Amino acid sequence: MKRLTGFAQRWAVFVVAVVVWQLAAAAAANVFFPTPWQIVLKCRDVWFTTSSGGFGLSDAVFEDMLPSIGRVLGGWALAAVLGIAIGTALGRSRTGMQYVGSLFAFFRTLPSPALVPVFILLFGVENSMKLALIVFGSIWPILLNTVDGVRSVDPVKTETAKSFGIPRTQWVAMVVLPAALPKIFAGLRLSLAISVILMVVSEMVGVTNGIGYQLTYAQSQFDATTMWAWIVLLGIIGYGLNIALLAVERRALRWQPTRAAMAAAKAGG
Amino acid sequence: MTLPTMLDVRGLAHRYGTHTAVAELTFSVDSDELVCIVGPSGCGKSTMLRCIAGLIKPSDGAVSLHGDPVDGVPDDLAVVFQDYSRSLYPWLSVRGNVEFPLRTRVSGRSARRARAMEALSWVGLSDAAAKYPWQLSGGMQQRVSIARALACQPALLLMDEPFASVDAQTRAELEDLLLRVRHEHGSTVLLVTHDIDESVYLGDRVLVLSGSPASIVADLTVDLPAERDQITTRGSARFVELRTEVARLLHNKRPAEAAPTQPVRTNEERAAERFLAAEREERAQQTAEMRQGRQ
Repeated sequence: MKRLTGFAQRWAVFVVAVVVWQLAAAAAANVFFPTPWQIVLKCRDVWFTTSSGGFGLSDAVFEDMLPSIGRVLGGWALAAVLGIAIGTALGRSRTGMQYVGSLFAFFRTLPSPALVPVFILLFGVENSMKLALIVFGSIWPILLNTVDGVRSVDPVKTETAKSFGIPRTQWVAMVVLPAALPKIFAGLRLSLAISVILMVVSEMVGVTNGIGYQLTYAQSQFDATTMWAWIVLLGIIGYGLNIALLAVERRALRWQPTRAAMAAAKAGG
Repeated sequence: MTLPTMLDVRGLAHRYGTHTAVAELTFSVDSDELVCIVGPSGCGKSTMLRCIAGLIKPSDGAVSLHGDPVDGVPDDLAVVFQDYSRSLYPWLSVRGNVEFPLRTRVSGRSARRARAMEALSWVGLSDAAAKYPWQLSGGMQQRVSIARALACQPALLLMDEPFASVDAQTRAELEDLLLRVRHEHGSTVLLVTHDIDESVYLGDRVLVLSGSPASIVADLTVDLPAERDQITTRGSARFVELRTEVARLLHNKRPAEAAPTQPVRTNEERAAERFLAAEREERAQQTAEMRQGRQ
């Protein structure tokens, strides 16, 4: 019962918004603003109708949807590996950030879409350009949060490790990184959202596949319903990726007491 | 092959900038001995302990452990810190915490696990092995850090005010636990405390540290029977004599002038004092936890 009311609470506003949208769009009867139901029907046509007309995954799934998701995950994973590695090194070094801090602050404030022309010159228009753009745009939250996290290791924990003669590599892997993990995950969540944005932006220029490409193509053909279908898909992808990441985070940080469990432990003595 | 002298400290001194924290400390600890160092808060006890543990390099003097000069952190030494909640690793289970320092000492995962479980059984925490530290009470958490130190089978166990952050009841339990395990395992222990009663109750010897910079003003042998008991030992005439002696030395007064100014404290007064101290500690701990929670 509790579960049910929780579910209702989460989705009530969403459902009401969709219903209002349906009624408003139906009343307006404007070709550029189809009703949600029309969009759902279009989604079925675009992704779940095979070229022979039967039900199944369409070519668009393999040629546009999956490559786009691949770019998001690939770019984001690359940014995560680089960001955590560089961030750990810089955070543990005493002077590292003093040297590169202002450079990072400069790069971080550059709007990544503005760099698309530069990356096209450097990498062409194919996948390497897209990955480079996603990595460049999404690495900063991870990197800076890692720097912050590895710096915040409790000195008593460091001293304990030292007094037991824990070697450096183990100290980083088993003390520094776990201590920084909550902050690193905060960075990962931010940069995942950025990755999705930059995937779309990078696909809007000079390629012939991907969600961003199909979106602009449909718009240029005045096919508003298809355009809306791709937009809905972006929402679903963003939501799904975030849910998946949260599940991973909960698992990785399960040693962290939840508020309720903490209170229960206190009360129990 | 037990060497008579486990720890030898000669002319140890440490300065932070112009401030001298510790000056000219010379003492030694024999094998299988439990030596308490008692001194007022902020007299440089912790600095001294960190020098012995090789965590900070002393400005002057020499420390040697079973004859080998200490330069850097020695392998067969373990430290139990006062702040158990910060010294334990919250992302490791209780058993994981005990196993952690064994990674460099014991090869083989199952051997490490067996050693950790054994150490946990010494402190009566076999059932809590799979829990996370925050799920345990303060006293249990400190028992985990004691088990972690014992699992390393150190030649010397250093304890920095190990029982200062728990309530009075738990403190008495932990004191008896320390006496028991050190008799069972023949450990050599150097324990730093600011509690006079505790130093006399636990120690074979009590080193009284006084002044700033700290120096040793007395080295008392505690000639109480090895079997100690919270009620009978603390009530014995010899115990009271010793604790009075330590208190007098700490306040740096000669017996003649000390006698009239030292009021005879009733048991009730002492109980009230202990209660207030425990309450203060609890409040300090709560503030610390709250601060941690906010971060």
